[in-house]
Amino acid sequence: MPVSTSPQGAPLWQRRTTRAQWLQFAAWLLGISLFLLCWKVISDNTMWVFVEDAGRQGSDLISRMMPPRWEYANVLWKPMWDTLNIATLGTALGIVMAFPVAFLAARNTTPHPLIRSLALTIIVSSRSINSLIWAMLLVTILGPGVLAGIIAIALRSIGFVGKLLYEAIEEIHPTPVEAISATGASRLQVMNYAVLPQVMPAFAGISMYRWDINIRESTVLGLVGAGGIGLQLNASINSLAWNQVSVIFVMIFATVLVSEWVSARVRHAII
Amino acid sequence: MSSTNSLARQQAAREGHWRRLPLIDNPRVRWGLVLGAMVYLVLALASVEVNWARVAEGAGRALNFLGAFLQPDFVSRQSDIIAGLLESLTMTLTSTVIGVLLAIPVGLGAARNISPLPIYAVCRAIIAVSRTFQEIIIAILFVVMFGFGPFAGMLTLAFATIGFMAKLLAEDIEDLDWRQVEAVRATGASWWQTMNHAIQPQVMPRLIGLSMYRLDINFRESSVIGIVGAGGIGATLNTSLSRYEYGTSAAILLIIIAIVLMSEYASSYVRRWTQ
Repeated sequence: MPVSTSPQGAPLWQRRTTRAQWLQFAAWLLGISLFLLCWKVISDNTMWVFVEDAGRQGSDLISRMMPPRWEYANVLWKPMWDTLNIATLGTALGIVMAFPVAFLAARNTTPHPLIRSLALTIIVSSRSINSLIWAMLLVTILGPGVLAGIIAIALRSIGFVGKLLYEAIEEIHPTPVEAISATGASRLQVMNYAVLPQVMPAFAGISMYRWDINIRESTVLGLVGAGGIGLQLNASINSLAWNQVSVIFVMIFATVLVSEWVSARVRHAII
Repeated sequence: MSSTNSLARQQAAREGHWRRLPLIDNPRVRWGLVLGAMVYLVLALASVEVNWARVAEGAGRALNFLGAFLQPDFVSRQSDIIAGLLESLTMTLTSTVIGVLLAIPVGLGAARNISPLPIYAVCRAIIAVSRTFQEIIIAILFVVMFGFGPFAGMLTLAFATIGFMAKLLAEDIEDLDWRQVEAVRATGASWWQTMNHAIQPQVMPRLIGLSMYRLDINFRESSVIGIVGAGGIGATLNTSLSRYEYGTSAAILLIIIAIVLMSEYASSYVRRWTQ
């Protein structure tokens, strides 16, 4: 136990040994200096005059947004439908592609370790690239429109659904698998009758969760030209029509809340 | 209903006709869902307009892009890439630190078992607003307010971090072991001492793990918010794509993937070490 003695010779209790204390001090020093260094880089690249002006700019922005132009909402129904389609079709396409990838990536169902690492690479690259970047790439390739948005959402969803699903597959109970293999079932039959029923609820829950996230993401894909309500948002911001922007924000807020509620209800019913 | 159903299934199984249990018991709900999905699919696909001529034109570009991935060009825009990356990394670190520091009081306030109702309502409202809007929408507003550059980006990421961390921290505090809090309170501890000696030790490992995870997310997001002018590698990526310099874009994407991979390994290591 870390004990030091007082000048009178009485033992005193300490929380840490001297060594641990110094180590902790060094770690804090390192962390704080790193933070200050980063702060310095940011502050060098910032125009502080604009930052000092922020309060005035903010109140100006709010005053321009404030009576929202509600009649603009009538223009937004079609883009909103497009947004919902991007999210839903994108999720559907994504889970169709993620499904085999997850089975190839799970340790207990993969045919070969080499294929497993390939599947893991697919999952990681899909996960580390944001759907907006996917959309930017696809808009340059496919041209602006809903299709680019759908594929962007799908490509981003592969990683998410694939990762959670392969973790679910790795956690299945081995006894049904043994039982089915003992009947002389082929590999595919084992998957179909022993693995699939065990992961189906998790799979449905993950898909609903991803759909909910995709609704959020598809609202902004239009900023890079990939269709949906983001196109209107971009147009309104570029024409400085802030009273239309506030209408769009209200619509996005409402849609996200509703989709979150729906997804929570469905997941609750499944699990 | 279900017992006669299962009896019929057993009877059929004895005769050699076995079918697996359906995922949804009620056949009406099951077929209704299938029908609804079909109708939606037809309506949705009908409303998707695809300009096939443009897609065919883009196919060549797709090949160019795949080719660029095989030969990424790290060199010709090296200084831009390095500057963007440095900005992204610094934004990630500062925003995570500031966001987590601000999220701790909000999270304490949003835990129903240790905070009074008015404070709880305010903190939950902060969390809801911060979580609903995408980072990029917040970035647009902050860029208008604070001007172009990494400062707006940092504030955006910090704001998004508050909602994420505070929600998870509050949930963690709500289901902690209450006996330890009672034990510390029974010694006559003040509010600060209770927080420090009963609650903090219980939530600390998870808090560290989540902060590492958020660091990872913030880096990923910092590669995007540059599109609307909030600094970071996103701006460089956007420029290279609109200039059709696919080699540079491929290099940037590969760097992003590599950094995310590294930070994922690092955070899983830290999480194992704290638990």
